[in-house]
Amino acid sequence: MIEIGGTRVPMREQSVEERIKNFRSVPCGYNKEEVMKEAQRCIQCTGAPCEKDCPINMKILEIIREIAFGNFKKAFFIMKEDNPIPAITGRVCPQESQCEGVCPVSKRGNGINIGKLEAFVADWARENGVKEDIHIKERPGKVAVIGSGPAGISCAVDLRRFGYQVTLFEALHKAGGVLQYGIPGFRLPTEIVDYEISYLSEIGVDVKLNFFVGQNIKFNELRRDFDAIFIGTGAGAPLFMDIEGENFKRVYSANEFLIRVNLMKAYKFLEYDTPIVWGDTVGVIGAGNVAMDAARCALRLGSKKVYILYRRTKKEAPAREEEIQHALEEGIILKELVAPKRVLGDKDGWVNRVELFEMKLGEPDKSGRPRPVKIDGSEFIMKLDTFVEALGTKPNRLFLNKASELDVTSWGLIEVNKSLMTNVEGVYAGGDAIRGNATVILALGDGRKAAKYIHERLSKN
Amino acid sequence: MSHNIVRIEALSTENYLIEVEAPHVAERFQAGQFVIIRIHERGERIPLTVADVDPRKRTVTLIFQVVGKTTMELSTLKPGDTLINCVGPLGNPSEIEKFGRVICVGGGTGIACILPVVRALVNAGNEVISIIGARTESLLILEDEIREASTEIYIATDDGSKGHHGFVTEVLKGLLEKYKRQEEVNRVIIIGPPQMMKAAADVTRINKIKTIASLNTIMIDGTGMCGGCRVFLDGEMKLTCIDGPEFDAHKVNFDDVISRLSMFKEKELLAVKHFCKHKQKKAGRQ
Ligand SMILES: Cc1cc2nc3c(=O)[nH]c(=O)nc-3n(C[C@H](O)[C@H](O)[C@H](O)COP(=O)(O)OP(=O)(O)OC[C@H]3O[C@@H](n4cnc5c(N)ncnc54)[C@H](O)[C@@H]3O)c2cc1C
Ligand SMILES: Cc1cc2nc3c(=O)[nH]c(=O)nc-3n(C[C@H](O)[C@H](O)[C@H](O)COP(=O)(O)OP(=O)(O)OC[C@H]3O[C@@H](n4cnc5c(N)ncnc54)[C@H](O)[C@@H]3O)c2cc1C
Ligand code: SF4
Ligand code: SF4
Ligand code: FES
Repeated sequence: MIEIGGTRVPMREQSVEERIKNFRSVPCGYNKEEVMKEAQRCIQCTGAPCEKDCPINMKILEIIREIAFGNFKKAFFIMKEDNPIPAITGRVCPQESQCEGVCPVSKRGNGINIGKLEAFVADWARENGVKEDIHIKERPGKVAVIGSGPAGISCAVDLRRFGYQVTLFEALHKAGGVLQYGIPGFRLPTEIVDYEISYLSEIGVDVKLNFFVGQNIKFNELRRDFDAIFIGTGAGAPLFMDIEGENFKRVYSANEFLIRVNLMKAYKFLEYDTPIVWGDTVGVIGAGNVAMDAARCALRLGSKKVYILYRRTKKEAPAREEEIQHALEEGIILKELVAPKRVLGDKDGWVNRVELFEMKLGEPDKSGRPRPVKIDGSEFIMKLDTFVEALGTKPNRLFLNKASELDVTSWGLIEVNKSLMTNVEGVYAGGDAIRGNATVILALGDGRKAAKYIHERLSKN
Repeated sequence: MSHNIVRIEALSTENYLIEVEAPHVAERFQAGQFVIIRIHERGERIPLTVADVDPRKRTVTLIFQVVGKTTMELSTLKPGDTLINCVGPLGNPSEIEKFGRVICVGGGTGIACILPVVRALVNAGNEVISIIGARTESLLILEDEIREASTEIYIATDDGSKGHHGFVTEVLKGLLEKYKRQEEVNRVIIIGPPQMMKAAADVTRINKIKTIASLNTIMIDGTGMCGGCRVFLDGEMKLTCIDGPEFDAHKVNFDDVISRLSMFKEKELLAVKHFCKHKQKKAGRQ
């Protein structure tokens, strides 16, 4: 049997013992030799299926060829044509189900490590001060972008490159959306997010932080003052289970837990002012990226036992493969087929137990995954002292209430047509705001697509 | 964008007034709303009610009680210093209509929060009876301003150093005995420590008078993203930042509110200690 391409150049990582004590990046990144060697495994196959399965159709084949020859600068420029934040997508894309998943070189998990190649090139450019020359030819037209997550970033960048005056509104005190407040530094270092975002101001996007559109600046004011609007407000409002006991102390939404840790840097408490409290035994509900992130943060804060409590099994877990693997390596315990019934607490109002149902897998549901079914009478009690709910999130109802002219689905997702335009002329939307909990790369793709349609619209006049 | 501090003064040994430039907030503020401020890059985001605005000077006035690290540090700032953020106006404005006779109860720093509400209610044609209280006379703030704004004013101090000897709730009870018929008091608004709001709500519940409390839960973003400010109204979860901060006081589970406010207490004490030590060191060096 011929094994084309050989095996993947292994990624050096911080050892488990070391990394669970810090918030630094787990993968160390390839060095020049390693990255070239990995790139040389690519057989440059006809049709490059990897490109087709990348939601933004990056020119992967070409990029990899340049990397293989050590032409990192050239690789970087090609990459940047399609992707304004490769250092980020390279780290957080679910590559196993996209570009890498379809790569014919070898079996699952051993395809070309495209994400890490991408991250290497972007890091190399950053470290060597390599930037694209930016020549912007100004043209008339003002566009407002709401939200600075990947959708907003990519839309703003493209529109600015077309030459429009772009103002980006962000509710929080830092730009980046989930990249900034949600995904922890050990997966996506803050410096990298900050660097990628500094590009916005560099090319002349007017970034207005601390503005929640709808609340402290009205949506109609934007409609009046701008020629087009892009809504990339994400789906950042936490869902709660609506069970007894969610009011107890040390019960968190994953969002609160992660915002404290990442955005507010509560893991450096005393140096930073925002506190966080946790206990020795933590239960996290859910098995997506958010749950893995919350669990791994708890471990790094110093919790001794961290459980992921999931109503299906590992096979159905929606988190990226790498995240699940890293979490398990670090000692996080995945408890399958359980679902909470209620949260219990002590007389001072602190959570101290949770009552769970045992579950079994039933018929497949709409998502194609087997439906979890409660086993009657299976309730049991588990002791824990911190409970984090990572059930997913919804679009922010505050914004939707204040922009009530927009058509939304019953789930609160903004409805758009094929050109990503909402029912309101000149108002576009993309990312999690139209998809629900999706991915960075899909949000980024939406932002780019909307920019194209906005450009078409504005350049017609 | 940073916000210049134009004035800061002590109103009592624990309450301070700070006036900062925040044109955007000054222009749009309505009674009952709040801002979230952050002092510096490593700072916490804390909510403070807007006590007053000056649209001409483009400033907002905040009045705060020193309870922990952030408010302590805030009290040490000088005119010319800056706040790194002042986001707002956040939250829903108070419901202001012509109700008739309204009793406004302010306890401690809550007096500052109730002042704009009193003014707006009077402007809307209401008769406003204000009851303000503090532990002791020297902690009683904004008495003149409340007196000037209200139709009538009552004062209570826990130690009897001024006005009624006892709690504001006792004064409230007395007034409700005076205005026996339910229609005679059309609404009660209470802002203060949650224990006080709970007690006041128990008083008005008997007479079934519509009562509004402004809650002061711990917050981070103030835009409905973290869920940390959740409260329960007749068992239903609400977010203080976007559904409030004012709620029907008869429905609020105050025990929860009180309990959750203590969640970070130990950590907060550490932060205060750390801050004081740091300040001493700095003073020693100078
Ligand atoms: C913890 C966590 C881990 C994740 N891990 C991964 C991963 O590994 N890989 C992956 O591909 N995806 C991951 N995701 C999902 C991914 O982050 C999102 O799909 C993506 O960020 C959506 O981008 P967006 O631009 O639509 O919105 P967001 O990133 O949510 O950004 C929206 C921004 O808009 C701001 N905003 C909202 N309303 C307003 C308003 N009215 N005015 C002004 N600003 C406003 C918000 O503050 C926010 O900054 C993760 C998500 C979370 C929460
Ligand atoms: C909508 C809203 C409006 C507010 N308006 C005002 C105001 O106008 N003036 C004012 O002085 N305060 C106001 N508060 C309370 C203020 O936000 C807190 O006092 C502040 O966050 C404390 O920060 P700290 O770091 O100094 O103290 P921390 O160290 O955070 O807290 C010290 C102690 O104070 C208590 N505490 C903590 N957070 C709060 C809180 N949010 N409310 C009450 N007690 C708390 C706790 O018991 C804690 O142990 C408001 C709160 C909300 C939600
Ligand atoms: S952007 Fe994501 S999907 Fe596309 S090539 Fe890069 S890692 Fe793969
Ligand atoms: S699918 Fe794999 S082998 Fe083919 S071009 Fe893409 S990376 Fe190279
Ligand atoms: S402060 Fe975060 S949801 Fe209200």
